[in-house]
Amino acid sequence: MTFALDIILSILLVVGGLFGLTGSYGLIRLKDRMQRLHAPTKASTVGLGTALLASMFHGLMIGTGFSWQEILVMVFIFVTAPITANYLSKVHLQSRHFDGQIPKTGVSRDWSTFDDAPEGPEPQLPQRDS
Amino acid sequence: MITYALAFALVCFGLGLILNLWRLILGPTVADRVLALDTMVVNVIAIIVLYGIQTGLGINFEAAMLFAMTGFVGTVAFCKFLLRGSVIE
Repeated sequence: MTFALDIILSILLVVGGLFGLTGSYGLIRLKDRMQRLHAPTKASTVGLGTALLASMFHGLMIGTGFSWQEILVMVFIFVTAPITANYLSKVHLQSRHFDGQIPKTGVSRDWSTFDDAPEGPEPQLPQRDS
Repeated sequence: MITYALAFALVCFGLGLILNLWRLILGPTVADRVLALDTMVVNVIAIIVLYGIQTGLGINFEAAMLFAMTGFVGTVAFCKFLLRGSVIE
């Protein structure tokens, strides 16, 4: 049992380390700004996920039981990583928009990220006579 | 065997941290630097968790959670500032 746990933990740790290193290496290696967004998401999901899984299983090994609290960090990271990536891609799009590198949409409206139409006047409640 | 695997993972994440630092210095735009900071936060959380495995103490969970929360809020605030010019409208 302990030997199997040892094997599982070692595999999880090695896979997590490799994915974390790959994500950080891709951040250096990839050329385009939008491509660079792709690599660190793997580090944050698989790399950190396997490290947290190893931490959870390690509780079984040292006798303190399966530690459930790492699930909180895992859920938080898995929920917030796409939000962060979405915001960063929006920043990239916004900066490229001003360089004129984005193709036209072909219709009268611009891309929805840049569609910053000025708001109309405040809607008024209909007047009631007394 | 787990000792070697743990050392390997720690070295990998530490090397990743150095590569992130390189991108942080090199990054042509501000958005690249924000992305590098976000990846640094992820790597630091992983290092904290692995350190918790190495020492066998259970107190590293709170530090990891704090890093995750402040990293997310910081990145979103940076992006919001770059997009709109103010953090809270």
